[in-house]
Amino acid sequence: MNGVHDLGGMHGFGPVRPETNEPVFHAAWEGRVLAMNRLMAGWKLWNIDSGRHSIERLPPPDYLGWTYYEKWLQALTNRSLAHGLITAEELASGHKAPDAPVATPPLTAGDIGTILAAKISYERAIPDQPRFAAGDAVRARNINPEGHTRLPRYVRGRTGTILRDHGAHVFPDVHAHAASEAPQTLYTVGFTARELWGEGAKEGDIVYLDLWESYLDVA
Amino acid sequence: MTHDHDHHHDHGQDIPSATALRVKALESLLVEKGLVDPAALDAIVDAYETKVGPRNGARVVARAWSDPAYKARLLEDATAAISEIGFVGSERPHMIVLENTPEVHNLVVCTLCSCYPWPVLGLPPVWYKSTAYRSRAVIDPRGVLNEFGLTLDDAFSVRVWDSTAELRYLVLPERPPGTDHLDEDALADLVSRDSMIGVAKVAAP
Repeated sequence: MNGVHDLGGMHGFGPVRPETNEPVFHAAWEGRVLAMNRLMAGWKLWNIDSGRHSIERLPPPDYLGWTYYEKWLQALTNRSLAHGLITAEELASGHKAPDAPVATPPLTAGDIGTILAAKISYERAIPDQPRFAAGDAVRARNINPEGHTRLPRYVRGRTGTILRDHGAHVFPDVHAHAASEAPQTLYTVGFTARELWGEGAKEGDIVYLDLWESYLDVA
Repeated sequence: MTHDHDHHHDHGQDIPSATALRVKALESLLVEKGLVDPAALDAIVDAYETKVGPRNGARVVARAWSDPAYKARLLEDATAAISEIGFVGSERPHMIVLENTPEVHNLVVCTLCSCYPWPVLGLPPVWYKSTAYRSRAVIDPRGVLNEFGLTLDDAFSVRVWDSTAELRYLVLPERPPGTDHLDEDALADLVSRDSMIGVAKVAAP
């Protein structure tokens, strides 16, 4: 979707303000939001891509105005409501409906070590041969899907060079909306800063993105 | 809740403590419904507060500086080379390590969300997730670096890596001069989080 989350190349957000001696969490509730997000994923009703898409779909003023964990809080609440894990009435009252069953959490404290040591891979084997090889010139397609995509606006229509093939990976544009992983080859593609931003950009500077095969055409 | 002075870091406004109350209400509802285990919540918070952080990445960098064979493996297959070190409480995503040299300076961003190599760097700082950094790192990397106090010579090629997929990037900064006598632990102490994102160099001791 052409959402406000797709920030690359925008102006007007001011300087970057690093914080000295920044704590891991700025308030205890931030840690609780992070932890609830990790554990609620154990119900397997959403995945990394649909979860990301739920954040992108927050109203643009909220997306820009809220902190990171406020966005996580609202998106988790929205997903939990949409999948029927909680109801609006329960959320308003703060208590389980009297007739609602009590579930057994899929993840317990004993599982945390295993979760945090797990190998996370979105690489999948596919029969197709990669369409491109390192050094090939490619053009990022000018697509404007209303759903989730990981092709930022600032490279659409731009010509770059394949740096590396990473094998086939789960395709977010499909995975965010369906149970299907629809894996396809993932490449790192380099675009010169001049190609992206014009003559004012510094010669020799390069921006690399990881792009799936269907985002790309032969240049 | 132990903190009532929540700050809104993008805009410098106070978050109403209503947010803390909302979180508490959601948590107690999820626990009451058996959807989450409260002890598991505590365990996750503890892991991110005490076990996962940039110290892990600093150990990877220090070993690469000390052991040329390890560095070669790290640049060839970072996922496997990082697993060799075996942190406590670290997930193992598909990792790529980017080497800074006297000619090339690498910088990592996620323009679309906040992708970041959690196992080696911990949770991202607020500035990394800010609209300012995400919008400007790709169009004005040298200006962003200036704001971190790093002015790069024109001779450098700046390479910006926008983390658009499930590959996670770690910068291998240049080893500073005057550190030949230091062992791996002492070297790791020098390596800052920011140097492994690419917004700083490692200062000489």
